[in-house]
Amino acid sequence: MKALLYILNPAQRLGAALITSLVAFALLEWLFHSGQAYQQNLSLYLVPPSSEAWLGTDPFGRSLMARLGAAIRLSLLLSLFCVLTSALLGMALGVWAAWQGGWVDRCLNLVVNILMALPGLILILLLAALAPGSFIVLYFAISLVLWVEYYRVVRAQTRVAVTSAPMESSRQLGFGRWYLFRRHIWPSIRASVLTLAAFGAANSILALASLGFIYVGLKPPTAELGLMVVELLPYYEEAPWALLQPLTAIFILVLGFNLLAGKIR
Amino acid sequence: MRQILVNRLIQALMVAWGVGTLTFIFMRSLPGDMAYRIAAGRYGQDNVNAAAADMVRAELGLDQPVLSAYFTWLTDLLQGNLGVSLISGAPVFQEVQHQLSHSLLLAAVALLISALIALPIGIACGMRTGGWFDRSLLAVSALLRAQPVFVVGLLLILAFAVHIPLLPVAGYGTASHLVLPAFSLALVLAAVSSRVIRDSTQTVVQSDYYQFSRVKGLPAAPTFQRHGLRNLSVPVIAFLGVQLITLIEGIVMIESLFAWPGIGHALAHAIFSRDIPMIQGAALMMGLLFVILNTLIDLACHWADPRGQLA
Repeated sequence: MKALLYILNPAQRLGAALITSLVAFALLEWLFHSGQAYQQNLSLYLVPPSSEAWLGTDPFGRSLMARLGAAIRLSLLLSLFCVLTSALLGMALGVWAAWQGGWVDRCLNLVVNILMALPGLILILLLAALAPGSFIVLYFAISLVLWVEYYRVVRAQTRVAVTSAPMESSRQLGFGRWYLFRRHIWPSIRASVLTLAAFGAANSILALASLGFIYVGLKPPTAELGLMVVELLPYYEEAPWALLQPLTAIFILVLGFNLLAGKIR
Repeated sequence: MRQILVNRLIQALMVAWGVGTLTFIFMRSLPGDMAYRIAAGRYGQDNVNAAAADMVRAELGLDQPVLSAYFTWLTDLLQGNLGVSLISGAPVFQEVQHQLSHSLLLAAVALLISALIALPIGIACGMRTGGWFDRSLLAVSALLRAQPVFVVGLLLILAFAVHIPLLPVAGYGTASHLVLPAFSLALVLAAVSSRVIRDSTQTVVQSDYYQFSRVKGLPAAPTFQRHGLRNLSVPVIAFLGVQLITLIEGIVMIESLFAWPGIGHALAHAIFSRDIPMIQGAALMMGLLFVILNTLIDLACHWADPRGQLA
């Protein structure tokens, strides 16, 4: 952990700090806050932040702190699942294609070209249309779009590593595939995979919020950042502080992951 | 040159196949009697009877086995026969054609504005990297990139339509309706492209041939014109291809936000109301728009840098 901090530059540390603080907020809210994300209380219409409700309540009297915490947990969990799935899948297939070459490479390239023929969000929209409001389908669709990026980068870098002299020597010394991967391939792809993972997290959070915002993602009453923006927008005149909350959360999440990813490509 | 066009044609076919297959699966996976539901959507819940449902069933090939229905569906698609909207009853082709022109207008204006913002800023930053101007714009660009495009649009609406009521909040009609959506898209595009232009300018300005030209006595302006512009434009044009994805995705979001009657708005609306032929038509048009713009960028790269001759 300490070694990890050491290799981060100042901007990346800021990003890590932003993400950590939101994770802390989401966890602490979950553990200690007694508010309910779905419990309505119509007599508490848009109560401004006070010592009792720290972040106020929404037009249905639901605790905004509870809803914000739930929405951030949802976004973070989704991005975690999506990044893990797409990184593992993209890395495995990328290494396989570069190492094996031949028909494996050609088939996988065909699949990737089909996926890349459409802009990512359109593909996610079409898949989301199949099963409206389903978290699993959104997770599947976003991962499907994200893994392509890992595949392309990993494949290109693995091709270089596979034909390099050091790896050739190791192979002739009779080392196994796992050793070759760990010793020669992983070090050359590690940095790119971590960068892509941070961008992937930001992109999956953006995708979830965007779909919620145009009403084709998760359905109300789910506490989700994009949906919260839509729900609170009509009350902007009365309660700008309420609308500001989901907007800030999206902003900090995406900024944090972007900073963590490092220099823009 | 021919290779570029052939590759892009294959991509267009893949788009058609992908969209067609997904919407076909969608069609088949609707619960209940699809023909009945569609007939109800078309003629109203009260006017639907078994005869109307049978007519719809025959028309859409719902009574055929899956595989032959799939082939009919795809051949119809390739012939440009996109069916009729389940909601409005109008031919989909006509509707998307109409919407596409609105989207193209929005995209073109947004690209133009983003170029007008990004080019001068990017070049100015790239000429003097590390200065206060460069650094503060890096911060602005990082802040903009951390916003989803709909938040940028929302903030612009709140600022320039609600607090200072200069422009209409949303809708379509006069030129003033175009300003906010186009600017939202342009800001998001320029946030990234200005950095690419800056990096590219920096590389060119610090290169040996550029320095030599200055040392031999050519003034700054002609040096930039002769040796700078075209060289820095090559990576920038190539990057436009990456930005297209942002543009197309942004169009879906921004059109929905501003109720702009384009293809992205139509797509989101069709998905919401489960109007399958419209979903197919709109997604197909967005995909083809993507392919066509990509082709134009490939050709521009080819023109700006004939050395590569894109393999």
